[in-house]
Amino acid sequence: MAGQLISANHAAALGAALAGRANRTGRGFCSGVYPITPSTECMELLCNQEIEKGHVVRVESEHSAMGVCIGASASGARTFTTSSSNGIAYMAENLVAAALLRLPVVMVAANRTLGPPWNVWADHGDTLMLRDSGWIQLYCADNQEVLDSVLCAYRLAEDRRIQLPVLVCQEAFVLSHTMAQTEVPGQEQVDRFLPPLDLPDRIDGTPRVIGGVTVPHATEVHRAQHQEAMGRVWEVYREVQDGFEAEFGRRPADPVIPYRADDADVLVVSMGTIASTVERAVDEAREKGIRLGGLRVRTFRPFPSEQLAAAFRGRRRIAVLDRNISLGFGGVLWGEARGLADPGAVVQGYMIGIGGGDVRPGHVLAIAEDVASRAAAGAPVLMEAGA
Amino acid sequence: MSESVLTALAEINCPAADPLLRPGNGNCGGCGMSTALQFLGRAMDDRRLQIVIPASCGAITVGPFPYSAMGVPVILSTFGSAASVATGMSQVARLNGEGTRVVCWAGDGGTYDIGMASLSGAAERNEDILYVCYDNEIYGNTGGQRSSATPAGAATTNTPRGKVEQKKDILGIMSAHRIPYAATLSLAHPQDAIRKMRRALDLHGFRFLHVLAPCPTGWKSEPALGIRALPGGGGGGRAQAHHQRRARLLRGGARALPVAPAPVPEVGHHHRRPAPGHRAPLAGPAPAQRTDRPGGARTLKQSRRT
Repeated sequence: MAGQLISANHAAALGAALAGRANRTGRGFCSGVYPITPSTECMELLCNQEIEKGHVVRVESEHSAMGVCIGASASGARTFTTSSSNGIAYMAENLVAAALLRLPVVMVAANRTLGPPWNVWADHGDTLMLRDSGWIQLYCADNQEVLDSVLCAYRLAEDRRIQLPVLVCQEAFVLSHTMAQTEVPGQEQVDRFLPPLDLPDRIDGTPRVIGGVTVPHATEVHRAQHQEAMGRVWEVYREVQDGFEAEFGRRPADPVIPYRADDADVLVVSMGTIASTVERAVDEAREKGIRLGGLRVRTFRPFPSEQLAAAFRGRRRIAVLDRNISLGFGGVLWGEARGLADPGAVVQGYMIGIGGGDVRPGHVLAIAEDVASRAAAGAPVLMEAGA
Repeated sequence: MSESVLTALAEINCPAADPLLRPGNGNCGGCGMSTALQFLGRAMDDRRLQIVIPASCGAITVGPFPYSAMGVPVILSTFGSAASVATGMSQVARLNGEGTRVVCWAGDGGTYDIGMASLSGAAERNEDILYVCYDNEIYGNTGGQRSSATPAGAATTNTPRGKVEQKKDILGIMSAHRIPYAATLSLAHPQDAIRKMRRALDLHGFRFLHVLAPCPTGWKSEPALGIRALPGGGGGGRAQAHHQRRARLLRGGARALPVAPAPVPEVGHHHRRPAPGHRAPLAGPAPAQRTDRPGGARTLKQSRRT
């Protein structure tokens, strides 16, 4: 294992290539890719990797990129793609299809603002649009976590108890183009961590239909199976964490990560890199004697309701930060988390960093002050962070 | 977990691929696509097939979950994705040294319209896929709306006064991709059709077949007479005649819009490249010009022995 100074896009591509090679004794690796800023460098590096028994198809659209992944995955290969923003929107139909077919596809999203008007900067709106698509969603806070999450994603996706696609999310430029020291594991280690994929019921020579026409009851059964598989993620993910730690010597982050939260008067909840900024703000506040705490949500689907409810217990003031806006409602994370706090607790939503606005510790401290002063929660606040 | 978790996965206890299309399929009586599938079943012999069917009547053909009316594995893709899903399947088959023949079985809507980009992309990459378009000249599965394969003058449910635009020249489009093989075939010439299907199955690279498929339900025509209406079908008719008649029916006896006379092409078209995988260099000679068909508007492909 060696440290390399690489961007999150390159970390993701190296993770995908390692996972792809690890399936050379299985049915190989096949990926469909299409460029879009800011995920382009990930697919570029992947296209330059030597992958034994692997092939990367340079297709004509994101929609077809996921189409290739569906065909390859249904044939039993390990698959990967990456995209951003409107590319994800264009891919959406096949993203839903991959999930409903229960195919263990892994995708890395470089989160970018949806347009028009065209904005290449960070915003979680593109992947949160896929909230109900049936994909597992993980949100990362640094480059190492992106690489590790790609490897964990394959273990999770391909586990027979799960068999669902996994979306690993990293924010535009904040991670995608920012280089950081990253441990890149050796192929032998990854081979041990990721056994060859043996997809049950893959398409082969047996006459069968995958994705046939169904009636309401059959759909109810399929949705129930899908929902149960989502419910098994916590248990399987713990095993993946254990296996990863045993092989690579570091433990992937939990679904919900508290930071100095135990005695916090005010708790600030967020996803992705804003959580790192929150940690800095918490340290600054604590130096002044203010009991601020942070909470990072890493796993958004399945949604960690129980873990969040446990973390919220006893907290009276909770600020939920969203780098997204569900127009006509408010922040998506706030909408899902606000019902999990103790009765009488104030859970206030703040949308900040929309369209890539630079969120700084000062913003977080101002939010903490605002929520501390509130007797009751109000309408979600759209804050301008600017750039 | 022993349960099958791939959604809508069905298995039938009949290992043989013959017949390819089985009783219990969801097609209408007189469906031209049914006949074309039977031809494919004859043509495939003992070749290993995997079929991709995008949203279309073909999705109904295979029957409801958990059954399958097809003798080979089938994956139903989203509407515009037949060629991209087939790309993934054929690439994995190649990586594993399998001789599987991946076939797209798509209607005109999934080919001429919503699937055009993925079709063009797969053809440009010369993926090892046989793409068959069964063209009934309407969106049959949704009840008979116009597509860009509908000939001018034809009345459909959303062009009740007759379609104004000309039918796309799909063979011209596909041959412009310089793929190894493209041909039209007629259900009225079974031996020729099966010969072309066998040839297309055995070649490598991207191959395209166009089948004009009568749709009695959509055309409001007599199911027993579908093939007679085809060129060479013995009825002396052409598809336009169907559409004209349909237009009259739908418009309560009013005259159909006049259809400009279209020259009937002489032969089904195909041309080959030297070897699979070979590409003309960027600055190389221009692609061979087709000389086997007259120019001008063409609304119908007629096939005959070549």
